[in-house]
Amino acid sequence: MADNATVDNAPEAPLKRKGVKRRAFLIGGVAIVGAGLFGISIADSNAAKDAKARITGEGEHSFATWLKISEDDVITIYSPHTDIGQGANTGLAQMLAEELDAAWDQVRIVSAPAEPAFANVGLGRGFLADMTGKPAIINGIPQSFLSFIARQMNLQMTGGSTALRFTGQVTFQKVGAATRLALMETAAKRLNAPVGELTTQDSRVIHAKSSRSLRYGELAAEAATLSLDNEPKLKDPSQYRLMRQSMQRLDIPAKVDGSAQYGIDFAIPDMRIATIQAAPVRGGKLTSVDTAPALAIKGVEKVIKLDDAVAVVAKGYWPAISGLRALAPSFSDGGHAGVSTASIFAAHDAAIAKGEAEGEAGEGDVQAALGAKPIEAKYQLPFLHHAMMEPFALTAQYKDGKLDIWGGMQDPLATKMLAVEVSGLDADNVTFHPMIIGGSFGRRLPMYMEIVGQVTKLAMQLPYPVKLIWSREEEVAQGAYRPQSSAVLTASLTDKKRIAAYRNDYVQPESAESETVFPYILPAVSRRHFAHVSNQQTGAWRSVNSTQQAFYNESFMDELAHAAGEDPVIFRRNHLKADSRHLRVLDEVAARSGWGTPLPAGRGRGVALVESFKTIVAQVVEASVGADGMPKVHKVTTVVDAGSIVNPDAAMAQIEGGTIMGLSSAISEAITLENGKVQQSNLSDYPLMTMAQAPLVQDIHFLNSGAPMGGIGEPGVPPAAPALANALFAATGKRVRNLPIMTQAKG
Amino acid sequence: MAIQTSINGKAVALSAEPDTPLLWVIREELGLTGTKFGCGVAACGACTVHVNGEPTRSCSLPVSEVAGKSITTIEGLKSADGTLHAVQQAWIAAQVPQCGYCQSGQIMAAVALIEKTGRPSDAQIDAAMTNLCRCGTYPRIRKAIRAATGQAAQAVEGDV
Repeated sequence: MADNATVDNAPEAPLKRKGVKRRAFLIGGVAIVGAGLFGISIADSNAAKDAKARITGEGEHSFATWLKISEDDVITIYSPHTDIGQGANTGLAQMLAEELDAAWDQVRIVSAPAEPAFANVGLGRGFLADMTGKPAIINGIPQSFLSFIARQMNLQMTGGSTALRFTGQVTFQKVGAATRLALMETAAKRLNAPVGELTTQDSRVIHAKSSRSLRYGELAAEAATLSLDNEPKLKDPSQYRLMRQSMQRLDIPAKVDGSAQYGIDFAIPDMRIATIQAAPVRGGKLTSVDTAPALAIKGVEKVIKLDDAVAVVAKGYWPAISGLRALAPSFSDGGHAGVSTASIFAAHDAAIAKGEAEGEAGEGDVQAALGAKPIEAKYQLPFLHHAMMEPFALTAQYKDGKLDIWGGMQDPLATKMLAVEVSGLDADNVTFHPMIIGGSFGRRLPMYMEIVGQVTKLAMQLPYPVKLIWSREEEVAQGAYRPQSSAVLTASLTDKKRIAAYRNDYVQPESAESETVFPYILPAVSRRHFAHVSNQQTGAWRSVNSTQQAFYNESFMDELAHAAGEDPVIFRRNHLKADSRHLRVLDEVAARSGWGTPLPAGRGRGVALVESFKTIVAQVVEASVGADGMPKVHKVTTVVDAGSIVNPDAAMAQIEGGTIMGLSSAISEAITLENGKVQQSNLSDYPLMTMAQAPLVQDIHFLNSGAPMGGIGEPGVPPAAPALANALFAATGKRVRNLPIMTQAKG
Repeated sequence: MAIQTSINGKAVALSAEPDTPLLWVIREELGLTGTKFGCGVAACGACTVHVNGEPTRSCSLPVSEVAGKSITTIEGLKSADGTLHAVQQAWIAAQVPQCGYCQSGQIMAAVALIEKTGRPSDAQIDAAMTNLCRCGTYPRIRKAIRAATGQAAQAVEGDV
């Protein structure tokens, strides 16, 4: 999002902005600053009409774009989100079905068509409003204008932990509630009974007084002709029977018997398989390649040269990859041959030394309060690869002037529009067919997925359909990594063990300000962003910038606690607002983890407290260092306040997995560069945490404070790395300031 | 020359080049896509199948090596009447999968472990379950293996 949608934080944000360049909110060429007033509607009528035409057949009736009720009572929900395994679709179905009072065993949820009629207006409203700091309606941004913006953006994105809190709350609950009212109104007429005497349950409207009831399926045709209430009253949570329940995930059965069809599994008659190698130094071009060695391999049919890559098309993946490996293509280096991990860190140091920040946020006179001898620490973080288990794979067919693409993407509609742009075809002639995704973590956003353009270009010049599969080697070498980044933190303490001034100078391509919440109340604080852009593509890595900022701030808070001679939990408490959610989460994790109680020799506990995506997570990690110098995590205690939770078990799974991903990245993951090239080649030298390394005990507790709903897919990741580093300090007295830890363990 | 083998109890003659990894024969020639490609270098285990009952990373095994052997994929775990294997049922009960992409391989590795050990200890689970999962479903995989072996033990007792 950061690339094409930025917005100033609202003036009411907790910290005043200083010297921040005022950037216009530009999306798809439309500036929304100073927008006029429009009415509010669940979905604009043209889009709803188009949606209806696309999804309804005989005996099926469409409601407010996203819902279809068939006369045999099957309820089909069209999701504008991609379920990447985070359980978003099950949660969305629970929310809509709850307000509809639908019979759960008759509810299906499928991917919405990748068409503008199904642009995610609710996400547009919620997400964009969230970025401005306040609900859109309070902020004076008209909801219908935000719908318009969502369509302009071709927004069908999954990311930012937004599915339930925006799409769910802004749209799906209301669609369910409004449809229920329309069904009741229809039933009232047929039963000749006042609406006030009717109730609903399990997809029926019931008139208890006369012991009569009507099925939703028999009411749907007429109800679908009514105009829906735009702001229906939603249920009181005490009436919930689907929300806040651990309903089994709808996508899981197909994922245990091999029947789930991921993008890489797609097949169509006459399809060929292609694989590709792009310039190993990003930014380079293909200069020459002798195609003969590949063509000599049985099964290879074509070698296709693209501007910056060479592709081999064959009867199967094995001849394709064998053919590609037989080639010795020459690539230029785009002038980036001198880039290395060390050169990037050197550039970071130089940027901070130069002192010209891109932006600054904070308050108070930090410089004066820092004094002559501040405490200072420098932290360095590597590029991280997403390492989702399914490598990139898209199938494309260009036939009779029409282009069809199949695969799994985090934004199907934007994928279609990208293919429109690359192919030069009209939007009506390009269709993207969304499929199940084998992991993503931010990697499958079309804005930095070269494979969309690549497969489009291949298909446009081939007389048969082609599935382009990236090898894992290509995947690792051509990532859209979490940026390599550095920070220098400085602070001064008062003689009462309080922070007098705190500065966080960090270097990475983009500002982290919109994702960063610094919960501590300090008299003087400053966050300064220094920009350095290398030749690498960087992108959103699960929890976006929160992992970097969490590591800097929560490591440094720990360093300051020790400098002050204070317990790290008490030190944090002393800088939090009384009665705040943050304080409650921290206290709860301290109590549940046995903070302060004795541990076996060699073990230490570390704590971290992080808010991301409006969810507050505190974590205590219990760790030691093994004989091999590698950290061993024994136990993790996590307390989460996401406001409220739609599906407790699915939310638990996100925190469990997010914690493991955070620990994995802290211990062993790094993408490094030498001579402009990525040095890692596969999962064998980009090691992920295994079963044996994962903590045996994870104690996770949700507080559910009733605050506005926060995200759940991402907030589990950021606290793990600093909590582990702090635990290792407690265990060994050695401070970890550079990740991954493994690099230092091995000397 | 065709390679004779058996997949999920059915005899098949495979026409792939002998150096083709078993994975691609299973996926592309036989159309059984439950077995996944993850890394191509036997590092992740997404391609795990059973070859004569042994968990095997099929991305790194030339198809010529399976001549005359018996192969089981995720699609072959169900019983003839479509009932899921006890391990698959345990996977659903524990709500293990997230993205699900590695889970065919995880389940095949778990079934082989359970067939070998009966009731695996945590240490045996750690040693055998080396398949990678980026979603971090390890705690639930462990939970499901434990639950599944509880059921298996009872079933064995009932048989006696």
